[in-house]
Amino acid sequence: MSDNGDQELVEIFVDDQSVKVPPGINAIEAAKFAGKEIPHYCYHPKLSVVGNCRMCLMEMGTPMRDRETGTPIMEEDGSQKIGWIPKPVIGCSTTISPGMHIKTESNLVKDCQEGVMEFLLVNHPLDCPICDQAGECSLQEFAMDYGRGYSRYTERKNVKPKRTRLGPRVTLDDERCILCSRCIRFGQEIAEEDVLGFIERGSFSTLACHPNHELDHNYSLNTVDICPVGALTSTDFRFKMRVWFLKETPSICTESSVGTNTLVWSREGKIHRITPRRNDAVNDTWMTDSGREYYKRVEAESRLNQFQINGNTADAGAAIQEAARLLDSGRSAIVASGQQSVEEQYLTKKIADHLNAPVYMARHWEKGDGLLLSEDRMPNTRGALLTQLTTKLPQETLSELGEKMNSGEIDTLLVVGENLIDLGISNEQINKANVLFLGTQSNSTSEEANVLLPGLTVFEKNGSFVNLNFILQKFQQAVPGPAGLIPDIMLLGKLLHRLTGNETPTNINSVWEELSSKYPEFTGISFANIPTEGQELDGANYTQLDFPETKSLKFNPVNS
Amino acid sequence: MPEEHRIILKHADEPDYTRDIDCYLKHGGYEILQKAFKMKPDEIHQEVMDSGLRGRGGAGFPTGLKWKFLDRKSGKPIYLVCNADESEPGTFKDKQIMYKDPHQLIEGMIISAFSIQAKQAFIYIRGEFFEGARILEEAIEEARAKKFLGENILNSGFSCDIVVHRGAGAYICGEETGLIESLEGKRPYPRIKPPYFPAVLGLYQSPTIVNNVETLCNVKHIVEMTGKEFSKIGSPGNTGTRIWCVSGHVQKPGYYEFPCGGLTMGEMINEVCGGLMPGRKLKAIIPGGSSAKVLRADERFKGKLKDGSEFDWGIWDIPLDFDGPAAAGSMSGSGGIIIMDDSTDIVQALSNITAFYAHESCGQCTPCREGVQWMRKISKRMCGGDAREEDADLLLSIANQIEGRTICAFGEAAAWPVQSFVDKFKDEFKAYAETSPVSSESGDKQLV
Repeated sequence: MSDNGDQELVEIFVDDQSVKVPPGINAIEAAKFAGKEIPHYCYHPKLSVVGNCRMCLMEMGTPMRDRETGTPIMEEDGSQKIGWIPKPVIGCSTTISPGMHIKTESNLVKDCQEGVMEFLLVNHPLDCPICDQAGECSLQEFAMDYGRGYSRYTERKNVKPKRTRLGPRVTLDDERCILCSRCIRFGQEIAEEDVLGFIERGSFSTLACHPNHELDHNYSLNTVDICPVGALTSTDFRFKMRVWFLKETPSICTESSVGTNTLVWSREGKIHRITPRRNDAVNDTWMTDSGREYYKRVEAESRLNQFQINGNTADAGAAIQEAARLLDSGRSAIVASGQQSVEEQYLTKKIADHLNAPVYMARHWEKGDGLLLSEDRMPNTRGALLTQLTTKLPQETLSELGEKMNSGEIDTLLVVGENLIDLGISNEQINKANVLFLGTQSNSTSEEANVLLPGLTVFEKNGSFVNLNFILQKFQQAVPGPAGLIPDIMLLGKLLHRLTGNETPTNINSVWEELSSKYPEFTGISFANIPTEGQELDGANYTQLDFPETKSLKFNPVNS
Repeated sequence: MPEEHRIILKHADEPDYTRDIDCYLKHGGYEILQKAFKMKPDEIHQEVMDSGLRGRGGAGFPTGLKWKFLDRKSGKPIYLVCNADESEPGTFKDKQIMYKDPHQLIEGMIISAFSIQAKQAFIYIRGEFFEGARILEEAIEEARAKKFLGENILNSGFSCDIVVHRGAGAYICGEETGLIESLEGKRPYPRIKPPYFPAVLGLYQSPTIVNNVETLCNVKHIVEMTGKEFSKIGSPGNTGTRIWCVSGHVQKPGYYEFPCGGLTMGEMINEVCGGLMPGRKLKAIIPGGSSAKVLRADERFKGKLKDGSEFDWGIWDIPLDFDGPAAAGSMSGSGGIIIMDDSTDIVQALSNITAFYAHESCGQCTPCREGVQWMRKISKRMCGGDAREEDADLLLSIANQIEGRTICAFGEAAAWPVQSFVDKFKDEFKAYAETSPVSSESGDKQLV
């Protein structure tokens, strides 16, 4: 995926080991190609370089040339002489050049690392036993890996505020701050909300919001993610859970068509937080604050967790059977959704084909933020196009459906997630029709449904979405769903089986066998081999559609 | 007794000399500017190269070479910044120029700006010099009224203006990239070099020259007397005069302008400054502002000079130029000579210096921010009667962990005094521990 793929590689030497690396990168990144770690705090691959932590000090030398003639100066053994810089240099601001030598493990480098580690810790409180960052703290890790293991500091430590509210979601413990300025740069360079800065000076420097501002933008929690220590903490997650108990599951944010890559952190079936997962083609290392709240829907009051027929609890088999009966006997239409995974959309499409039912989709377009929140608030509109569930973009209202319901052309609806009232269908119309509702949250439509088919949230099932750049991305089950519920794929598969009597796919792998054989865009793909960074699909057939998305972090609209 | 050779401060202390433009003009003011406009910018630059002028701010970097590094191909505007932040303890020479003869600086700046083709110049003056800022602003106003500043100066076709910018009282603003950040309205965090060399990516990411007050004044005199004549003052590699600021335990502290190498430390202290206080003996000298390494009175300095000749000096023999104090293992820095006689408690003197640097560390990079404050705490504790035997070595070790590992030269400025004080007066630091009335493990007297 790297842009440097076509460029000629440059040979450098890391601790005398020859390694070929893409040109233009810095020594920290280059050392990784040699399997070497250069520890760092202030450097972040997606932010500007400031070089203030001094943890990445290393030795650097370049091949020597005669100043007058430019001819290489050689050693006696025939190799080119290396001109070593007498002082240690920082890796983050050292751009590699052909033939460069760097030392990451010499005595001088070790001495620098031990010195910086000691300095970072002299005023750092011994909060680890109560610190949220413990277990994922670079200060702990590098102190173990590169520190002396003991302290010579016996003076009093500086005292600073321990619980400053920076904004509605972020709390600052100033004593822990190592003043790396990542959060400040994030605000200036990524979120473009310059609200943080340092006040005071020297070792009394303190992070603070600018006067009359607070850290309240929708990306504020990224500062918590990039804080290398436990200074910036999520007010929501603070003191709730030790991170080493948590299981990480890769997932996809369903907030918009950007498809931000995430990690879902859970323990014993309960989700505790969501953080971004790096994907340089989608979201870099960022995500919205609002997207991190989505896990709260799992246990929300409005969560649907029972199959029902006409308001009475039923078991899954009976509810599916009743749904099939209504669909089969009626004149059906389907209101599908961009919240459905590719696999679910495919099965929905098969049901529609069998019933010869028209498929409607509703548009959920809002203002984008130009970063990671696109105009299309459905994560998988493009999946619906690729599976040919629909051939056009979702509609603003379902008035056409309403007319058909009035005329009696349609009398049975399979609704996925949507609230028809919001989409121009009246209560009267709903009451007149048979409504089958598949979804996770209750709404006025689900309350009126003849058959209620509760679905699973994105955290409770496997599947895939196609994002605004036609990148196919998969999400995986992080926690089990409520007792008695089955994955939407199985539910739709069983429904299809009831309708057709044929063998139908009811798990994700069998769905993908059909998908890859039927659609050229999916050829050769199975669920297991979708890479974690996603797979770019051919979206050429859809360029004529007037997608709502405008420019965002990794998206440039074709038609602009 | 060596006679002063005043070029920069020629008129400053004359009884009837005032700082207004009429007085300056009466003394030949702005005539050199007219001469400069008859030259090509490159010719002036060549004169500065020929003069061998070295920067008077502290590092002694050749001024002509600095100007040569300017990126003239970028198409961006070029800026000239006068560093008037004079904040090195022991230094008070630029103040004399600005307070007593501001037009000399302005003339030097216009000539320099013309040479490097800068249309906008700044004087960044330290916050405490509010009177100086007022004086300079008045002088600039006078110069504008007489068309020495502004559009099309003296019909030369060259336009230039000067803005006075006051700092807010931070030592770090004397560091040129910190100064530039401050001038841009930000915290004065020095920039990393590479890539932010001022001559390429300076003020507003444009090519910028930052020169000291005395340096810019010298440019005027170089154009007046030609670079070749200027280079005859002093010795090769150490040309022109320098204003030395002598403070501490001498009878006549003050500022004295001499040709570089025109006298020795002994002549300066014992003759020019009237010697030490009666009955006192010399203990140590800091030759170039508080960040320079201290020299012990009974040291012998041996080695080879740049020209290959060997030297064997006592402290009185050190020649006062750029290279003399450097050969003795210290530096001439900003020319602030601090004299300490045998009444000085060396640990307390160091404690005073570390307190200054701990207070002034900007806090941007780790070694300086944490290390200097730590050194302050140790030396303060020692003076408070709780010195320990290991303190001397710990101080040295901390200083060694700072030196050469910071973003800017502040790390050295804070580390060198500690290294030299502890190294050269280790016996006094050890004695402190032996006679210390309190001994605690915690290091905190109040907890004992």
